[in-house]
Amino acid sequence: MNSRLVDRIATVIFWAGALVVIIILGSMISYLLYHGGKYINWGFLTRPSQVISAGGGIGPQIFNSFYLLVMSMAITIPIGLLAGVYLSEYATANKFTEAIRLSIETLNSLPSIVVGLFGLLVFVNMTGWGYSLISGALALTVLNLPFMVRITEESIRGVPGSLREASLALGANQWQTICRVVLPTAFPGLVSGVIITCGRVFEEAAALLFTAGMSSPPLDFSQWNIFNSASPLNPFRPAETLAVHIWKINTEGLIPDLRRVADGSAAVLILFVLSFNLGARWLGRRIYKRMTST
Amino acid sequence: MKKSFAAGAFSLNSELPGKILTTGAAFLAIISVITIVGFITVKGMSTFVVNGVSVKEFLFSTSWWPDRLPEDGGPQVGVLVFIFGSVVIAMLAVLFSAPLSIICAVFMTEIAPSWGQRFLQPSIELLAGIPSVVYGYIGLSLLVPFIRNSFGGLGFSILAGFLVLSIMILPTIVSVLTDSLRSLPREYKEAALALGSTRWQAIRLVLLPAARSGVITGIVLGLARAFGEALAVQMVIGNMRKMPMTILDPVITLTSAITMDMGNTPMGSLWNNALWSMGLFTLMMSCFFILVLRLTLRKGGVAR
Repeated sequence: MNSRLVDRIATVIFWAGALVVIIILGSMISYLLYHGGKYINWGFLTRPSQVISAGGGIGPQIFNSFYLLVMSMAITIPIGLLAGVYLSEYATANKFTEAIRLSIETLNSLPSIVVGLFGLLVFVNMTGWGYSLISGALALTVLNLPFMVRITEESIRGVPGSLREASLALGANQWQTICRVVLPTAFPGLVSGVIITCGRVFEEAAALLFTAGMSSPPLDFSQWNIFNSASPLNPFRPAETLAVHIWKINTEGLIPDLRRVADGSAAVLILFVLSFNLGARWLGRRIYKRMTST
Repeated sequence: MKKSFAAGAFSLNSELPGKILTTGAAFLAIISVITIVGFITVKGMSTFVVNGVSVKEFLFSTSWWPDRLPEDGGPQVGVLVFIFGSVVIAMLAVLFSAPLSIICAVFMTEIAPSWGQRFLQPSIELLAGIPSVVYGYIGLSLLVPFIRNSFGGLGFSILAGFLVLSIMILPTIVSVLTDSLRSLPREYKEAALALGSTRWQAIRLVLLPAARSGVITGIVLGLARAFGEALAVQMVIGNMRKMPMTILDPVITLTSAITMDMGNTPMGSLWNNALWSMGLFTLMMSCFFILVLRLTLRKGGVAR
């Protein structure tokens, strides 16, 4: 009787704990969207930000975030994919594989501020690029590489061994099998993984403070010569992303309408992150359906 | 047939390019770890090598006067206050977060009907996806005023710092723990129930002990994440370079000192070098956490 009562109490506690987490999440997201949502309009999303006067927007910051995302993913995806393929298809149990796994594990648990410091030392100072998009993209690559490798490995592990054997039995070599059979089969998992990694790029700030910088030069969106310093596409210009912007205005902001910009930016950032998350799920499921039904 | 396979240098007919490319990419991971550790170590040592500060003074002194003139007895760079802040906040965050995480993980694997899990699982994934600056911002605009109004003080405090962190590290601990609970053989639970134990007894006496390695891994990873987090913490702890006396006092951590001062101090100055040494200390702590994980997992004999 007594132990049954304890069991009841424990069950109630488990339900309460789960409920607490859901409530915390729900109230955080609704708080952000409620307070920030009313400030989001086309002007806010496109206007340049202000340093000391009111009325600024977050246009350049949004552009920087997306541009940085594309740049860093262009480096992360191929390297992460190849390294993941190595670990799941080629690696044998030896010292080299062990060293790679240990390195990935180490990279994975590096605090992002340490990656930022490394970026400052190597990509900013030693290369002489200064605070620039390219330095930020490289720092983000270091940060996201272990994640991409793990995603690749996990998606490839889901590929049935019989497919691989069939391909090899038909005379294809291992590299052909990987490119023509294994990777296409693992594609749905890879797509959702890549989108989730994109979300991580979007939310990163600590690694970017000292690599991509905390300021944005005045941008001229009609200037498409990528070597011009006012060109938004110039990879060697400093670029403040949306996440960095939120941090900066909250800690050293001088603008009078701080709350408006901060609330609005946080809501925009959370909307992007949410859509990356949901998009990954939806797209992964959709591609999977299409591939298995046809 | 042969022609269609040949595509420039990346001919699929040969094994070699594939092997070279993939091995090279994997090798890059090793190289980047070595360069990161190498560069940060060299740079972080300059406080001791160039400026001649003793390691003991750096780690165990609480006098932080990096800009005081030599006439006044400076400059001094003791970072004990920063280390203390980092350790206290990370430990409290884990102490608060671990029980809640265990509850959530057990709830998802053992207790919840499928609809309960369908709510909680995505919620926790979303929590993991919320940017750390947004956590910091919520802490700053909700938690700090709340603490100021209901407990007094500035609001910027250890309390605010570890509460924000504990929510941030929750998904890390939960996901590791859920994986390890799900990988337990079904028979464990069935045997316990068949022997007449209640569900709670099965969880407490059989399942959680069997998933011990998962519990430890989750907690250590959570601790590592809490220790290394910079911006969210920096926004809510007040960053006072003084030993805190109560949980409502402002405090400063290693990472928040680095974020605030790294951009404002000239490269090569003692102040700047001390910040790099703090970075080195943070890096060493994260290596230490990995070591702990490897050792406990080997000892437990259970792979994750």
